[in-house]
Amino acid sequence: MRYLLRRALHAAFLLFGVSLLTFLFSALTPGSYFDEMRLNPQIAPATILALRAQYQLDRPLPVRYLHWLTAVAHGELGFSFAYNSPVAPLLWTRARNTLLLTVTAMLLAWLVALPLGIWSAAKFGRAADRIVSSATAALLVVPDLVLALGLLILAVRTGWFPTGGLVSVGFDALSPLQKFRDLVLHMTLPVAALALAALPTLIRHIRASVAEALEAPFIRAAVSHGIPHRKLLFGYALRAAANPLIALFGFSVGTLLSGSLLVEVVMSWPGLGPLLLEAILARDLYVVLGGVLFSMIFLVAGNLFADVLLFWADPRIRIEASPK
Amino acid sequence: MRISRNFTNWLVFLVVLHVIIAAAGFFAPYDPVEQDRDHPYLPPMHIHMMDAQAHFHFRPFFYPVRLREGSFDQYEEDTAHAVPLHFFTHAAPYRLLGIPSRLHLFGAADARVYLLGSDAYGRDQLSRILYGGQISLLAGLLGAAVTLFLGALIGMAAGYYGGWRDDILMRIAELFLALPWLYLLFALRAFLPLAVSPIQAFLLVVIVIGMVGWARPARLVRGVVLSVKERDFVRAARGFGASDFYLLRRHIFPETASVLLTQAAILVPQFVLAEMTLSFLGLGVPEPMSSWGNLLATLQQYNVLVSYWWMYLPALAIVPFFLGYLSLASALRHRIGAYKIGETLETEDNSSWSRT
Repeated sequence: MRYLLRRALHAAFLLFGVSLLTFLFSALTPGSYFDEMRLNPQIAPATILALRAQYQLDRPLPVRYLHWLTAVAHGELGFSFAYNSPVAPLLWTRARNTLLLTVTAMLLAWLVALPLGIWSAAKFGRAADRIVSSATAALLVVPDLVLALGLLILAVRTGWFPTGGLVSVGFDALSPLQKFRDLVLHMTLPVAALALAALPTLIRHIRASVAEALEAPFIRAAVSHGIPHRKLLFGYALRAAANPLIALFGFSVGTLLSGSLLVEVVMSWPGLGPLLLEAILARDLYVVLGGVLFSMIFLVAGNLFADVLLFWADPRIRIEASPK
Repeated sequence: MRISRNFTNWLVFLVVLHVIIAAAGFFAPYDPVEQDRDHPYLPPMHIHMMDAQAHFHFRPFFYPVRLREGSFDQYEEDTAHAVPLHFFTHAAPYRLLGIPSRLHLFGAADARVYLLGSDAYGRDQLSRILYGGQISLLAGLLGAAVTLFLGALIGMAAGYYGGWRDDILMRIAELFLALPWLYLLFALRAFLPLAVSPIQAFLLVVIVIGMVGWARPARLVRGVVLSVKERDFVRAARGFGASDFYLLRRHIFPETASVLLTQAAILVPQFVLAEMTLSFLGLGVPEPMSSWGNLLATLQQYNVLVSYWWMYLPALAIVPFFLGYLSLASALRHRIGAYKIGETLETEDNSSWSRT
């Protein structure tokens, strides 16, 4: 229990630090959202001053930070200047879209990577392994920007997939089945880009840890006891290889909100990514803070999740962590 | 990575790639900003060896093109007269390492040749890719240099002095590692001014990229320093009265060289990609300077995406560099045996350019 508590404390510290850092960054930013208003002769300087006062931009930095912290503690994330609405609901709709995309992509990537990685490790050094390894190596040298743009070009040239957005224009008029089909078609490209970008890392880690486990002395002992190959692979080796994979899984859960930023922008998917980019360019302070906090919470939660899973799956950690 | 363990081959491969980019003036047939308003969005030209009468020519040639009647981007070949390609021609002046020259690898006398097509202003795409590579690669190399300098400095300070300094520095490093890479890039870029001259913008990009990635090399260097500072030769030197600075420079820094080299091979392609991402989103190097990122920015216009596929070609330019650098990194790791240091997973993670 103490182990988990320590991890949780560490996570809380991380969250606090990140929020402080983001706040500092944005405070160092020259200019604010209201600066452009000054160019407009129809807005009186007094109005701008009043607006600044209303959003407390005229208060000193530590005061603003403390104020923001207490607001967050009450579950409010501040107010967007550009959208003229509270940040939390704004972020939540976008985060939902991002999650729809990334959860699908992650599941797909793991479903493909697990069998491929295990298969590759079981056939270590043989033809099947070579093919899988060269394929992952080829994927590894294609960066996500190149991959996403390439898929987009492919889509517009073939016309198979729509090239942006969440749903088609007349979505509300469609029947439930058509709605589903429309959504799936729109999701295919970004999901493919995300899954393909994640695949090589996953496959290589799975292959490496399973292959390492297969080399272990206890596996050789099991072989000489005549335990069948299949049981050996899935019952023994996979169990022993699980540790780094669980950590990796936690990590990929953690990047669910932040990992798809570029793909979302390229494919114009209405998720957190485009919103955040827009907010940064417009100096929409609280949207930026809220967005980063959102994805940080996910990152930290993902790591914590991995810790809990490890604690549950690996008796060695439980024994090490238990009080003497 | 099981591509090849052959360190020298990959090094030669990379050097050749870099020489091609560095000597862009020679390999590019035209000046990258020279416009040709009569040939906007010209698709890549066909180079022929066989003419319309099925006669074989030893000298490759191409047919000049003209706009089809009533169209603004549809071209037809004028098969009446072929224009031969000439090699080692004299054309637009350029400077190579400061030396003025007019020599180009190839060119044509009567008409402009567009091997990879042209952009909206009729600028030669091949020349722009080659020259753009200079900007992108330089940004990557300088960014990596900044990062490694910061990383080595902070890592050595943390590892050598230890105690509360180590604690504070490593907590900050963890923060930087936890923050998603792109967010950090954006945040840093956001607090720097948006409207600047091209040269300033380039330097800004380098600084921003360089400041983002220091945490990982710092942690790796710290690990090495922690073990090295307890070794006998360091203790002996300290016993002889060597100063901290002397010890760090003469005895400890050389031990971190292998880690730094491997990190460099991993960081450079990542930072080239970071430049591409920033410029693609309009936060990096502006026109008329070309970089691999801002060449791709036109793809954000829907009509370009639909009609002019050759505008995507700059994206592919980075692939051989990724291949070269990542293979070099893995060859380096095996050669130096950085695995012994015991931070395998961390370097592995990094090499795969995980999207954080």
